[in-house]
Amino acid sequence: MSQPDPAGDAGSDWSALLVAVGQRRDRAAFARLFAHFGPRLKSYLMRLGAQPNQAEDVVQEAMLMVWRKAHLFDPQRAEAATWLFTIARNRRIDLLRRDGRGGPAASLPWEDNLPDPVDETPLPDERLDQTRQAEQVRRAIATLPPEQAQVVHLSFFQEMAHGAIADHLDVPLGTVKSRLRLAMKRIRQGLGKDTFGKDTLAEETLPDPPPTGA
Amino acid sequence: MTDTRHHPSEATLMAFAAGALDEGLALVVSCHLVSCPACRALVAEGEMIGGALLDSSQPAPLADDALSRMMARLDEPEPPPPPATDGNAPAWMPAPLARQMNALHGPSWAAQARRSLGWRWLAPGVRQLSVMRRTRGGGTARLLSIAPGTTLPHHDHGGLELTCVLDGAFHDERALYQTGDVAELEPDTPHQPVAEGNHPCLCLIANEQPTRFSGLVGRLTQPLIGF
Repeated sequence: MSQPDPAGDAGSDWSALLVAVGQRRDRAAFARLFAHFGPRLKSYLMRLGAQPNQAEDVVQEAMLMVWRKAHLFDPQRAEAATWLFTIARNRRIDLLRRDGRGGPAASLPWEDNLPDPVDETPLPDERLDQTRQAEQVRRAIATLPPEQAQVVHLSFFQEMAHGAIADHLDVPLGTVKSRLRLAMKRIRQGLGKDTFGKDTLAEETLPDPPPTGA
Repeated sequence: MTDTRHHPSEATLMAFAAGALDEGLALVVSCHLVSCPACRALVAEGEMIGGALLDSSQPAPLADDALSRMMARLDEPEPPPPPATDGNAPAWMPAPLARQMNALHGPSWAAQARRSLGWRWLAPGVRQLSVMRRTRGGGTARLLSIAPGTTLPHHDHGGLELTCVLDGAFHDERALYQTGDVAELEPDTPHQPVAEGNHPCLCLIANEQPTRFSGLVGRLTQPLIGF
Protein backbone atom coordinates (compact mmCIF):
# COMPACT_ATOMS: atom_id res chain seq x y z
CA MET A 1 0.00 0.00 0.00
CA SER A 2 2.99 2.25 0.12
CA GLN A 3 6.35 2.29 -1.46
CA PRO A 4 9.02 -0.13 -0.28
CA ASP A 5 10.54 0.83 2.95
CA PRO A 6 14.06 0.52 4.32
CA ALA A 7 12.76 -1.53 7.20
CA GLY A 8 11.46 -4.10 4.75
CA ASP A 9 7.87 -3.34 5.64
CA ALA A 10 6.59 -3.17 2.10
CA GLY A 11 3.15 -4.63 1.90
CA SER A 12 2.53 -4.42 5.63
CA ASP A 13 -1.06 -3.95 6.55
CA TRP A 14 -0.76 -0.91 8.76
CA SER A 15 -4.45 -0.93 9.57
CA ALA A 16 -4.23 -4.48 10.87
CA LEU A 17 -1.23 -3.50 13.00
CA LEU A 18 -3.14 -0.55 14.44
CA VAL A 19 -6.05 -2.83 15.25
CA ALA A 20 -3.64 -5.23 16.97
CA VAL A 21 -2.33 -2.36 19.06
CA GLY A 22 -5.84 -1.20 19.90
CA GLN A 23 -7.25 -4.58 20.77
CA ARG A 24 -4.30 -6.43 22.25
CA ARG A 25 -1.80 -3.74 23.21
CA ASP A 26 0.53 -5.50 20.79
CA ARG A 27 3.96 -3.95 21.34
CA ALA A 28 5.60 -5.67 18.41
CA ALA A 29 2.92 -4.29 16.10
CA PHE A 30 3.42 -0.85 17.60
CA ALA A 31 7.18 -1.07 17.08
CA ARG A 32 6.62 -1.81 13.39
CA LEU A 33 4.23 1.11 13.06
CA PHE A 34 6.80 3.32 14.76
CA ALA A 35 9.55 2.12 12.43
CA HIS A 36 7.44 2.95 9.39
CA PHE A 37 5.60 6.11 10.40
CA GLY A 38 8.08 7.63 12.86
CA PRO A 39 10.57 8.71 10.19
CA ARG A 40 7.75 9.93 7.94
CA LEU A 41 6.24 11.95 10.76
CA LYS A 42 9.66 13.41 11.49
CA SER A 43 10.02 14.39 7.86
CA TYR A 44 6.53 15.94 7.84
CA LEU A 45 7.28 17.89 11.03
CA MET A 46 10.62 19.14 9.75
CA ARG A 47 8.94 20.37 6.60
CA LEU A 48 6.62 22.30 8.91
CA GLY A 49 9.70 24.03 10.28
CA ALA A 50 10.61 21.91 13.33
CA GLN A 51 14.25 21.41 14.21
CA PRO A 52 15.33 17.73 14.17
CA ASN A 53 15.28 17.47 17.98
CA GLN A 54 11.87 19.08 18.28
CA ALA A 55 10.57 16.88 15.49
CA GLU A 56 11.82 13.78 17.33
CA ASP A 57 10.02 14.91 20.48
CA VAL A 58 6.77 15.53 18.65
CA VAL A 59 7.08 12.14 16.92
CA GLN A 60 7.34 10.56 20.37
CA GLU A 61 4.35 12.51 21.64
CA ALA A 62 2.27 11.76 18.56
CA MET A 63 3.12 8.06 18.59
CA LEU A 64 2.31 7.91 22.30
CA MET A 65 -1.16 9.22 21.40
CA VAL A 66 -1.35 6.55 18.71
CA TRP A 67 -0.61 3.92 21.37
CA ARG A 68 -3.23 5.35 23.71
CA LYS A 69 -5.92 5.95 21.13
CA ALA A 70 -5.44 2.93 18.90
CA HIS A 71 -8.59 1.34 20.36
CA LEU A 72 -10.55 4.16 18.69
CA PHE A 73 -9.14 3.37 15.26
CA ASP A 74 -11.76 1.93 12.95
CA PRO A 75 -10.36 0.54 9.70
CA GLN A 76 -13.81 0.89 8.15
CA ARG A 77 -13.64 4.64 8.61
CA ALA A 78 -10.08 5.61 7.91
CA GLU A 79 -6.89 4.32 6.47
CA ALA A 80 -3.98 4.00 8.89
CA ALA A 81 -1.92 6.85 7.37
CA THR A 82 -4.92 9.18 7.41
CA TRP A 83 -5.71 8.37 11.01
CA LEU A 84 -2.08 8.83 12.02
CA PHE A 85 -1.98 12.13 10.18
CA THR A 86 -4.93 13.46 12.18
CA ILE A 87 -3.42 12.27 15.47
CA ALA A 88 -0.08 13.92 14.68
CA ARG A 89 -1.71 17.11 13.43
CA ASN A 90 -3.77 17.45 16.60
CA ARG A 91 -0.91 16.57 18.93
CA ARG A 92 1.39 19.04 17.25
CA ILE A 93 -1.12 21.87 17.50
CA ASP A 94 -1.87 20.94 21.08
CA LEU A 95 1.83 21.10 21.98
CA LEU A 96 2.26 24.43 20.22
CA ARG A 97 -0.63 25.86 22.17
CA ARG A 98 0.76 24.61 25.45
CA ASP A 99 4.09 26.20 24.65
CA GLY A 100 2.46 29.47 23.76
CA ARG A 101 0.44 29.69 26.95
CA GLY A 102 2.58 27.95 29.50
CA GLY A 103 -0.43 26.01 30.67
CA PRO A 104 -2.61 23.14 29.66
CA ALA A 105 -4.14 23.54 26.25
CA ALA A 106 -7.71 24.50 25.83
CA SER A 107 -9.89 22.16 23.88
CA LEU A 108 -8.76 21.49 20.39
CA PRO A 109 -11.23 22.43 17.69
CA TRP A 110 -9.94 19.63 15.51
CA GLU A 111 -10.50 16.95 18.08
CA ASP A 112 -14.16 16.61 17.78
CA ASN A 113 -15.40 13.07 17.92
CA LEU A 114 -17.69 14.19 15.17
CA PRO A 115 -19.98 11.66 13.65
CA ASP A 116 -18.62 9.85 10.66
CA PRO A 117 -19.33 12.09 7.69
CA VAL A 118 -19.88 9.11 5.48
CA ASP A 119 -22.62 7.75 7.69
CA GLU A 120 -24.83 10.74 7.20
CA THR A 121 -23.87 11.92 3.78
CA PRO A 122 -26.08 10.53 1.07
CA LEU A 123 -23.25 9.69 -1.24
CA PRO A 124 -24.21 7.45 -4.10
CA ASP A 125 -21.15 5.30 -3.81
CA GLU A 126 -20.95 2.54 -1.30
CA ARG A 127 -18.15 3.00 1.08
CA LEU A 128 -15.05 2.09 -0.80
CA ASP A 129 -12.43 0.06 0.84
CA GLN A 130 -10.34 2.61 2.74
CA THR A 131 -7.07 1.32 1.40
CA ARG A 132 -8.32 1.60 -2.15
CA GLN A 133 -9.56 5.10 -1.50
CA ALA A 134 -6.22 6.13 -0.08
CA GLU A 135 -4.52 4.71 -3.14
CA GLN A 136 -6.82 6.72 -5.38
CA VAL A 137 -6.11 9.88 -3.41
CA ARG A 138 -2.39 9.27 -3.78
CA ARG A 139 -2.75 8.78 -7.49
CA ALA A 140 -4.89 11.91 -7.83
CA ILE A 141 -2.33 13.97 -5.88
CA ALA A 142 0.45 12.68 -8.08
CA THR A 143 -1.34 13.86 -11.21
CA LEU A 144 -2.33 17.32 -9.99
CA PRO A 145 -1.19 20.16 -12.21
CA PRO A 146 1.90 21.74 -10.64
CA GLU A 147 0.19 24.95 -9.54
CA GLN A 148 -2.49 22.96 -7.74
CA ALA A 149 0.01 20.56 -6.19
CA GLN A 150 1.95 23.56 -4.96
CA VAL A 151 -0.95 25.08 -2.99
CA VAL A 152 -1.83 21.67 -1.55
CA HIS A 153 1.75 21.19 -0.39
CA LEU A 154 1.93 24.69 1.06
CA SER A 155 -1.28 24.03 3.00
CA PHE A 156 -0.10 20.75 4.46
CA PHE A 157 3.63 21.24 4.74
CA GLN A 158 4.06 24.93 5.43
CA GLU A 159 0.96 25.30 7.60
CA MET A 160 -0.12 28.18 5.46
CA ALA A 161 -3.65 29.44 5.36
CA HIS A 162 -4.64 30.69 1.94
CA GLY A 163 -3.94 34.32 2.73
CA ALA A 164 -0.35 33.43 3.58
CA ILE A 165 -0.07 31.28 0.47
CA ALA A 166 -1.28 34.17 -1.65
CA ASP A 167 1.37 36.41 -0.11
CA HIS A 168 4.03 33.74 -0.48
CA LEU A 169 3.29 33.08 -4.16
CA ASP A 170 2.42 36.70 -4.85
CA VAL A 171 -0.84 35.76 -6.52
CA PRO A 172 -4.34 36.98 -5.71
CA LEU A 173 -6.16 35.23 -2.88
CA GLY A 174 -8.89 34.21 -5.32
CA THR A 175 -6.34 32.33 -7.39
CA VAL A 176 -5.14 30.36 -4.36
CA LYS A 177 -8.67 29.50 -3.33
CA SER A 178 -9.62 28.45 -6.80
CA ARG A 179 -6.52 26.27 -7.18
CA LEU A 180 -7.34 24.55 -3.90
CA ARG A 181 -10.91 24.11 -4.99
CA LEU A 182 -9.85 22.60 -8.30
CA ALA A 183 -7.36 20.33 -6.54
CA MET A 184 -10.05 19.04 -4.20
CA LYS A 185 -12.43 18.59 -7.10
CA ARG A 186 -9.88 16.55 -8.96
CA ILE A 187 -9.15 14.41 -5.91
CA ARG A 188 -12.85 13.90 -5.34
CA GLN A 189 -13.25 12.85 -8.94
CA GLY A 190 -10.39 10.42 -8.36
CA LEU A 191 -12.54 8.95 -5.60
CA GLY A 192 -15.43 8.67 -8.02
CA LYS A 193 -17.47 11.28 -6.21
CA ASP A 194 -19.44 14.07 -7.80
CA THR A 195 -19.07 17.60 -6.64
CA PHE A 196 -21.39 18.38 -3.78
CA GLY A 197 -24.17 20.67 -4.84
CA LYS A 198 -23.34 23.25 -2.26
CA ASP A 199 -24.46 26.80 -2.65
CA THR A 200 -21.05 28.14 -1.86
CA LEU A 201 -19.68 26.29 -4.84
CA ALA A 202 -22.44 27.43 -7.12
CA GLU A 203 -22.01 30.98 -5.90
CA GLU A 204 -18.26 30.91 -6.28
CA THR A 205 -17.43 33.97 -8.26
CA LEU A 206 -13.69 33.70 -8.08
CA PRO A 207 -12.12 33.49 -11.48
CA ASP A 208 -10.37 30.27 -12.33
CA PRO A 209 -6.69 30.70 -12.98
CA PRO A 210 -5.68 30.67 -16.61
CA PRO A 211 -4.69 27.19 -17.75
CA THR A 212 -1.03 28.05 -17.64
CA GLY A 213 -1.21 29.43 -14.10
CA ALA A 214 -1.28 33.05 -13.10
CA MET B 1 -29.91 21.94 11.04
CA THR B 2 -28.96 19.54 8.34
CA ASP B 3 -29.50 21.85 5.42
CA THR B 4 -27.20 24.76 6.02
CA ARG B 5 -26.89 26.80 2.88
CA HIS B 6 -23.75 28.81 3.41
CA HIS B 7 -20.54 26.96 4.00
CA PRO B 8 -16.86 27.70 4.50
CA SER B 9 -15.00 27.66 1.19
CA GLU B 10 -13.27 24.46 0.17
CA ALA B 11 -9.97 26.27 0.60
CA THR B 12 -10.88 26.95 4.23
CA LEU B 13 -11.95 23.35 4.79
CA MET B 14 -8.68 22.16 3.28
CA ALA B 15 -6.70 24.49 5.54
CA PHE B 16 -8.71 23.14 8.48
CA ALA B 17 -7.87 19.56 7.52
CA ALA B 18 -4.22 20.50 7.13
CA GLY B 19 -4.14 22.06 10.60
CA ALA B 20 -3.20 25.36 8.98
CA LEU B 21 -6.17 27.36 10.18
CA ASP B 22 -5.74 29.71 13.10
CA GLU B 23 -7.54 28.21 16.09
CA GLY B 24 -10.34 30.77 16.29
CA LEU B 25 -11.22 30.12 12.66
CA ALA B 26 -10.89 26.40 13.33
CA LEU B 27 -13.39 26.69 16.18
CA VAL B 28 -15.93 28.33 13.86
CA VAL B 29 -15.42 25.59 11.28
CA SER B 30 -15.85 22.93 13.99
CA CYS B 31 -19.15 24.46 15.06
CA HIS B 32 -20.36 24.37 11.47
CA LEU B 33 -19.21 20.78 10.96
CA VAL B 34 -21.46 19.61 13.79
CA SER B 35 -24.48 20.32 11.62
CA CYS B 36 -23.01 19.90 8.13
CA PRO B 37 -22.30 16.34 6.90
CA ALA B 38 -21.27 17.63 3.47
CA CYS B 39 -18.45 19.73 4.94
CA ARG B 40 -17.44 16.88 7.24
CA ALA B 41 -17.03 14.73 4.16
CA LEU B 42 -14.83 17.39 2.56
CA VAL B 43 -12.69 17.66 5.69
CA ALA B 44 -12.37 13.86 5.71
CA GLU B 45 -11.10 14.06 2.14
CA GLY B 46 -8.62 16.73 3.15
CA GLU B 47 -7.40 14.42 5.90
CA MET B 48 -6.96 11.65 3.35
CA ILE B 49 -4.73 14.03 1.41
CA GLY B 50 -2.76 14.60 4.61
CA GLY B 51 -2.46 10.86 5.10
CA ALA B 52 -1.31 10.34 1.53
CA LEU B 53 1.27 13.13 1.82
CA LEU B 54 2.48 11.73 5.14
CA ASP B 55 2.82 8.23 3.78
CA SER B 56 4.72 9.40 0.72
CA SER B 57 7.07 11.63 2.72
CA GLN B 58 10.74 10.87 2.30
CA PRO B 59 11.55 9.20 5.66
CA ALA B 60 13.87 11.21 7.92
CA PRO B 61 15.95 8.79 10.02
CA LEU B 62 15.18 8.88 13.71
CA ALA B 63 17.79 9.01 16.46
CA ASP B 64 19.31 5.64 17.33
CA ASP B 65 17.57 5.46 20.68
CA ALA B 66 14.19 6.65 19.36
CA LEU B 67 12.54 3.23 19.41
CA SER B 68 13.80 2.28 22.87
CA ARG B 69 12.78 5.70 24.24
CA MET B 70 9.38 5.22 22.68
CA MET B 71 8.82 1.73 24.03
CA ALA B 72 9.87 2.85 27.50
CA ARG B 73 7.15 5.48 27.48
CA LEU B 74 4.25 3.20 26.67
CA ASP B 75 3.58 2.45 30.32
CA GLU B 76 3.53 6.07 31.40
CA PRO B 77 0.29 6.83 33.20
CA GLU B 78 -2.20 8.62 31.00
CA PRO B 79 -3.11 12.15 31.99
CA PRO B 80 -6.68 12.48 33.25
CA PRO B 81 -9.17 13.34 30.51
CA PRO B 82 -10.30 16.96 30.40
CA PRO B 83 -13.31 17.51 32.65
CA ALA B 84 -16.62 17.06 30.90
CA THR B 85 -19.05 19.94 30.62
CA ASP B 86 -21.60 19.96 33.38
CA GLY B 87 -24.57 19.60 31.06
CA ASN B 88 -25.76 23.14 31.62
CA ALA B 89 -24.54 24.53 28.33
CA PRO B 90 -27.28 26.40 26.50
CA ALA B 91 -29.09 24.38 23.85
CA TRP B 92 -27.89 26.61 21.05
CA MET B 93 -24.24 26.08 21.88
CA PRO B 94 -22.50 23.48 19.69
CA ALA B 95 -20.30 20.97 21.49
CA PRO B 96 -16.97 22.32 20.21
CA LEU B 97 -17.77 25.76 21.61
CA ALA B 98 -19.02 24.26 24.88
CA ARG B 99 -15.71 22.42 25.21
CA GLN B 100 -13.83 25.62 24.48
CA MET B 101 -15.83 27.47 27.16
CA ASN B 102 -15.17 24.58 29.49
CA ALA B 103 -11.45 24.84 28.89
CA LEU B 104 -11.46 28.60 29.30
CA HIS B 105 -13.70 28.99 32.34
CA GLY B 106 -13.69 25.57 34.02
CA PRO B 107 -16.32 22.85 33.90
CA SER B 108 -18.92 24.70 35.91
CA TRP B 109 -19.02 27.77 33.70
CA ALA B 110 -22.49 27.07 32.38
CA ALA B 111 -23.99 26.93 35.85
CA GLN B 112 -22.60 30.35 36.71
CA ALA B 113 -24.65 33.41 36.13
CA ARG B 114 -24.32 34.24 32.47
CA ARG B 115 -23.27 37.75 33.40
CA SER B 116 -20.16 36.56 35.18
CA LEU B 117 -18.84 35.01 32.01
CA GLY B 118 -18.06 38.47 30.86
CA TRP B 119 -20.72 39.46 28.35
CA ARG B 120 -19.82 43.03 27.59
CA TRP B 121 -21.76 45.85 26.09
CA LEU B 122 -20.33 46.60 22.68
CA ALA B 123 -22.82 48.90 21.03
CA PRO B 124 -26.56 49.54 21.41
CA GLY B 125 -28.22 46.13 21.07
CA VAL B 126 -24.93 44.29 20.79
CA ARG B 127 -23.09 42.34 23.49
CA GLN B 128 -19.98 40.30 23.10
CA LEU B 129 -18.29 37.49 24.96
CA SER B 130 -14.71 36.52 24.28
CA VAL B 131 -14.40 32.75 23.96
CA MET B 132 -10.68 32.49 23.35
CA ARG B 133 -7.56 34.18 24.47
CA ARG B 134 -5.73 35.73 21.60
CA THR B 135 -4.75 32.85 19.36
CA ARG B 136 -1.28 31.73 18.45
CA GLY B 137 -1.65 33.49 15.11
CA GLY B 138 -2.91 36.64 16.80
CA GLY B 139 -6.55 36.06 15.88
CA THR B 140 -9.64 36.24 18.02
CA ALA B 141 -12.90 34.41 18.51
CA ARG B 142 -15.92 35.90 20.19
CA LEU B 143 -19.63 35.45 20.60
CA LEU B 144 -21.89 38.27 19.60
CA SER B 145 -25.47 38.65 20.68
CA ILE B 146 -27.26 41.06 18.38
CA ALA B 147 -30.75 42.30 19.23
CA PRO B 148 -33.40 41.95 16.52
CA GLY B 149 -33.25 44.69 13.95
CA THR B 150 -29.89 45.92 15.21
CA THR B 151 -27.32 46.81 12.62
CA LEU B 152 -23.69 46.19 13.48
CA PRO B 153 -21.36 49.07 12.82
CA HIS B 154 -20.02 48.95 9.31
CA HIS B 155 -16.70 47.26 9.54
CA ASP B 156 -13.79 45.98 7.59
CA HIS B 157 -11.08 43.54 8.48
CA GLY B 158 -7.58 42.80 7.36
CA GLY B 159 -7.69 39.01 7.60
CA LEU B 160 -10.17 36.29 6.85
CA GLU B 161 -13.34 36.46 8.95
CA LEU B 162 -15.60 33.47 9.59
CA THR B 163 -18.98 33.79 11.27
CA CYS B 164 -21.19 30.88 12.24
CA VAL B 165 -24.78 31.64 13.18
CA LEU B 166 -25.58 29.69 16.36
CA ASP B 167 -29.10 30.97 16.90
CA GLY B 168 -31.37 33.31 14.99
CA ALA B 169 -30.33 34.85 11.71
CA PHE B 170 -28.71 37.89 10.16
CA HIS B 171 -28.37 39.33 6.73
CA ASP B 172 -25.74 41.51 5.19
CA GLU B 173 -25.29 43.02 1.76
CA ARG B 174 -24.75 39.59 0.25
CA ALA B 175 -27.10 37.05 1.78
CA LEU B 176 -29.29 35.82 4.60
CA TYR B 177 -27.50 33.60 7.10
CA GLN B 178 -29.45 31.26 9.33
CA THR B 179 -28.60 28.87 12.13
CA GLY B 180 -25.64 26.70 11.17
CA ASP B 181 -24.66 28.86 8.19
CA VAL B 182 -21.16 30.24 7.85
CA ALA B 183 -20.35 33.61 6.34
CA GLU B 184 -16.82 33.64 5.01
CA LEU B 185 -15.51 37.09 4.37
CA GLU B 186 -12.37 37.79 2.47
CA PRO B 187 -9.95 40.29 3.89
CA ASP B 188 -10.92 43.86 3.18
CA THR B 189 -14.54 43.00 2.47
CA PRO B 190 -16.64 45.53 4.30
CA HIS B 191 -19.98 44.30 5.48
CA GLN B 192 -22.82 45.39 7.69
CA PRO B 193 -24.76 42.58 9.36
CA VAL B 194 -28.34 43.15 10.50
CA ALA B 195 -30.05 40.77 12.94
CA GLU B 196 -33.25 39.22 11.60
CA GLY B 197 -36.35 37.90 13.27
CA ASN B 198 -37.61 38.61 16.75
CA HIS B 199 -35.03 37.13 19.04
CA PRO B 200 -31.35 37.92 19.35
CA CYS B 201 -28.97 36.57 16.77
CA LEU B 202 -26.08 34.70 18.36
CA CYS B 203 -22.99 34.33 16.23
CA LEU B 204 -19.52 33.01 16.74
CA ILE B 205 -17.06 35.23 14.90
CA ALA B 206 -13.37 34.62 14.40
CA ASN B 207 -10.71 36.59 12.61
CA GLU B 208 -7.22 35.74 11.68
CA GLN B 209 -4.57 38.25 12.43
CA PRO B 210 -4.73 41.08 9.99
CA THR B 211 -1.52 40.66 8.05
CA ARG B 212 -1.81 43.43 5.54
CA PHE B 213 -2.57 47.02 6.05
CA SER B 214 -4.03 49.01 3.25
CA GLY B 215 -2.20 52.20 4.10
CA LEU B 216 -3.12 54.94 6.50
CA VAL B 217 -6.73 55.13 5.42
CA GLY B 218 -7.21 51.43 5.97
CA ARG B 219 -5.66 51.65 9.37
CA LEU B 220 -7.75 54.59 10.40
CA THR B 221 -10.89 52.82 9.35
CA GLN B 222 -10.02 49.78 11.42
CA PRO B 223 -13.17 49.69 13.47
CA LEU B 224 -13.22 50.81 17.03
CA ILE B 225 -14.81 47.57 18.06
CA GLY B 226 -11.79 45.59 17.12
CA PHE B 227 -12.95 43.49 14.21
